[in-house]
Amino acid sequence: MSTRLASGGRLIDRSKQVQFTFNGKQMRGHAGDTLASALLANDQMMVGRSFKYHRPRGIVASGAEEPNALINMGEGARFEPNQRATTTELFNGLVAQSQNHWPSLEFDIGAVNTYFSRFLPAGFYYKMFMYPRAFWKHVYEPFIRQSAGLGRAPKQRDQDTYEHFYHFADLVVIGGGVAGLQAALAAATAGQSVLVIEQTADWGGRAPVDGVADDSTIDGMDADAWVAQAVAKLDAMDNVTMRTRTMGAGVYDHGYLLAYERLRDHAPEAKGPRHRLWRIRTKQIVTATGAIERPLSFAGNDLPGVMLAAALRDYVVNYGVSTGDRTVVVTNNDDAYRTAIVLKQAGLEVPVIIDARPEGGGALMAKARDMGIRVDTGRAIAKVKGGKRVTGVQICAQAGEGSVLEEIPCDAVAMSGGWSPVVHLWSHCGGKLIWDDAQAHFRPDPSRPPTGASGEGFVIAAGSANGALALDAALADATAAGVAAARAAGGTPDDAPPPKADALGEAALAPVWMMPQGANIKLRMKSWLDFQNDVKVSDVQLAAHEGFESVEHAKRYTTLGMATDQGKLSNINGLAILSDALGQPIPVTGTTTFRPPYTPISMGAIAGEARGEIFQPLRRTPMHDWHDANGADWEPVGHWRRPYAFVRNGETVNEAVMREVRNTREKLGLLDASTLGKLIVKGPDAGRFLDMMYTNMMSTLKPGKCRYGLMCSENGFLSDDGVVARIDDDTWLCHTTTGGADRIHAHMEEWLQTEWWDWKVYVANVTEQLAQVAVVGPNARKLLEKLGGMDVSREALGFMEWADGTLGGFDARVYRISFSGELSYEVAVPASQGRAFWDKLMEAGKEFGVMPYGTEALHIMRAEKGFIMIGDETDGTVIPQDLGLDWALSKKKEDYLGKRAQQRSHMTDPNRWKLVGLETVDGSVLPDGAYALGNGVNENGQKVMIGRVTSTYHSPTLNRGIAMGLVLHGPDRMGEVLDFPGTDGKTYKAKIVSAVFYDPEGEKQNV
Amino acid sequence: MLILECPYCGVTGEETEFHGGGEAHIKRFGPGSSDDDFHDYLFTRENPFGVHFERWRHVSGCGKWFHAARCTKTLEVFGTYSAQTTEPPSDLRAAISDKRPGWTWREFS
Ligand SMILES: [Zn+2]
Repeated sequence: MSTRLASGGRLIDRSKQVQFTFNGKQMRGHAGDTLASALLANDQMMVGRSFKYHRPRGIVASGAEEPNALINMGEGARFEPNQRATTTELFNGLVAQSQNHWPSLEFDIGAVNTYFSRFLPAGFYYKMFMYPRAFWKHVYEPFIRQSAGLGRAPKQRDQDTYEHFYHFADLVVIGGGVAGLQAALAAATAGQSVLVIEQTADWGGRAPVDGVADDSTIDGMDADAWVAQAVAKLDAMDNVTMRTRTMGAGVYDHGYLLAYERLRDHAPEAKGPRHRLWRIRTKQIVTATGAIERPLSFAGNDLPGVMLAAALRDYVVNYGVSTGDRTVVVTNNDDAYRTAIVLKQAGLEVPVIIDARPEGGGALMAKARDMGIRVDTGRAIAKVKGGKRVTGVQICAQAGEGSVLEEIPCDAVAMSGGWSPVVHLWSHCGGKLIWDDAQAHFRPDPSRPPTGASGEGFVIAAGSANGALALDAALADATAAGVAAARAAGGTPDDAPPPKADALGEAALAPVWMMPQGANIKLRMKSWLDFQNDVKVSDVQLAAHEGFESVEHAKRYTTLGMATDQGKLSNINGLAILSDALGQPIPVTGTTTFRPPYTPISMGAIAGEARGEIFQPLRRTPMHDWHDANGADWEPVGHWRRPYAFVRNGETVNEAVMREVRNTREKLGLLDASTLGKLIVKGPDAGRFLDMMYTNMMSTLKPGKCRYGLMCSENGFLSDDGVVARIDDDTWLCHTTTGGADRIHAHMEEWLQTEWWDWKVYVANVTEQLAQVAVVGPNARKLLEKLGGMDVSREALGFMEWADGTLGGFDARVYRISFSGELSYEVAVPASQGRAFWDKLMEAGKEFGVMPYGTEALHIMRAEKGFIMIGDETDGTVIPQDLGLDWALSKKKEDYLGKRAQQRSHMTDPNRWKLVGLETVDGSVLPDGAYALGNGVNENGQKVMIGRVTSTYHSPTLNRGIAMGLVLHGPDRMGEVLDFPGTDGKTYKAKIVSAVFYDPEGEKQNV
Repeated sequence: MLILECPYCGVTGEETEFHGGGEAHIKRFGPGSSDDDFHDYLFTRENPFGVHFERWRHVSGCGKWFHAARCTKTLEVFGTYSAQTTEPPSDLRAAISDKRPGWTWREFS
């Protein structure tokens, strides 16, 4: 069993007890525990189930590389899935639940999958779920949905807060082990700003744990003492910033670095943000990110109780926790001997060390033997025995095929397949790797680092992250890295020698990718590579056999390394197996791509403060508050909110819309049109410029006049429309759509700056300088005349003219334009006067039956008149000719944006769908976006479609459904009835008619 | 996230301050041009793994368009320069030649 030892535990405080629950069961730990160490102390070895076969899974590691111990943390608004028990610090009241099992962790129905594992090989999903087609919807998809995903999605809104933090430093050292601390010490002498970050709560990394086994020293001190004085020195320097619980998450272009600080995960009741995302700019990065131990691939290596050798030793030394009473150690290198020594020192049994190397190891082996531990060399584990927990191991020769020589009872196995440098951060931004044959791992190639804006490298790896695994080598390497980084950042660091390390030398490791070397298929089918995603040696071999030779293809085919641990334990072993199956050296196979973040970071940290009201600033017109107080049903339009309708008590939204249309047509309506884009275009070449921007001729427009204009992209497609007014000889005011103001402004600037840069034109966006109100309806003129101050008569201010003056004491520019077909004035006043002007109109308009109207009434009235709407009738594939707007395309101009494009053969094709009106036969409303059915089927066997609905409404004016649509040969087919199948199963019949449903002669607007 | 220097206002800023505008020095073809020329103008682009010339706009800054010469392979920025030119300045081209002897890009080298 796993339990708390009577003494030991350098990171825990035995005087402080902590209560927590796991699957509802009350448990106890100590301050300083991780959830993983506390679970082990409570003999909770099994912590979850694997993804595919639902096999029992135990804790296998002690840090960020843990693939198995994923838990649902917290409850309610603090619920979060997929948290690693090994990186979760214990706190009082912690609530944890295991994942991916049903109905319970101990008894899981999905575990039957393991008995069918022969039938669930690599690529199973791809092969199985193809046919028959109908099975997809009714059998496969529900099955996958049921079984997919680890953990549960949170259901409540996250109650915690998060923040982003911007930081600038000359140098950042990632990793607070002895290498990181030494690199920082060496670099900081240059006086530049240095940030040192460590992902765990404690400085020092592995060295203090390893030192317990081999009595190593640094400058004559034990590692703990050396770390303490190094941290104290760095803390005392003004130019150094130190942060624990802060992980280097990702390295990006030109020295951009993301770090993830977990401020309150260990103290949820404390004040302040839970996580902080550091957005760092730095000149040089030192990655002292350490190394990760590799598992060995032997049958049954996934059983709870089989653990990485160094992790097992971490639990003893750091937390005073033993994983088992009798631990068999299996290794291909010297480091695992440290685990055996530590276990023996703690009074635990180590029945045997199985060393795959024929000659065994060096000084550490000798020390273990001196302590009375049996060491078998040239041996391997044939198979681990046990169900939910290890009960013993079968020993065989490493060189053979697995014939069992001996069976040894045990309740834990410590495995070590060697160490792989953590090269993730080095690789994120293009740092290249080389294969180190002697240590059997990939390490950073110092001659090919990620490069910055100057073309020089900006990342330097240090210590075991650079392949310098031995203590003395790591400290020397870190010293050099720190000095090099400071110099590269433009500093002059001191040239001090590295600290002197005294440690036992290590014998060379022997690469072991499969155990035993000639393992038969039955053993290979039980030798796990990826514990979380259930990928075995046999799966990778099958993938290679089936032709998935690229490591990226094999990864996706087998799902190796695609689990939430991103293959931290499995990748190197997997690609060694793949290389062997392909008969090529490992470096030829290469690695998959390392992508940030190093371990998953919270969604909250990514969002930071950008949530709720400050997710995106809202744009409000000067009349916004009035609308809000008067029943506005808001609709988002770009960053604006516009009233969709003003809903009165006892009214539905639709009833309000119908009332607003009728009232505007019969009496008087007001529309807040302030959101319409307003661009001033000014200069001696402004006319010439606008002739290029618009399809119409704008240079010939007379001052005082307005013209409706179309804008196309250079590719010919309609992009915006609006009324242009000529203010004076060299000034025009261009209205754009509400969503288009910024885009069209940028569009104009782009052409001015990059194509016609010698033209003398300025463009200014004055959208927010003005409040604009459309005064619409038969009583519109009466209202303005009542306000008084300027002549708005038909004679003085004709249709499509504008004039400056005053109205009711307000400075106003009045445009006689209409988007509704009624008598209509659009009045612009200074934005600061907008609300007062609106109030005045509402007050003075009472006797004329004034009512405000919203965007839906606006849409219906424009559709009744057959006016197009950008975004409804256009979708980026529609040209003006499709919409019958040929009249707005100047024939006199040699050139305008889109003209050349519209001459291409497919733009002049008579079979392009054209705009028509559509009138349902029974007066109902056509479904939006519905397609018109033609005859027969196309070459893909799909029904031929001959048109589609672009706008559709119930018209209160005509009391029937009206629609606009694009139809093949539409204008030539007036009166024809088309079938529009709806998604509701009904087929709607509609007659092709003119798109102008209301007042086709235009008499109403021109009075 | 690249760092670029705006040649107009002199600000050295984060990529988020700027907006990429695709390939630089594209000659416009309008009415009267051949179908092939017009097609190439709209759609044909370089995709080099190495020296490249791009358009950028200092969108959250001075608002000006400018050009950048950089290496898509190493992310090195050789320089930024005015948008009001039809070709990369000769001193910049020489500086690129020092670092990438024999480079070519479209008709430039
Ligand atoms: Zn600028």
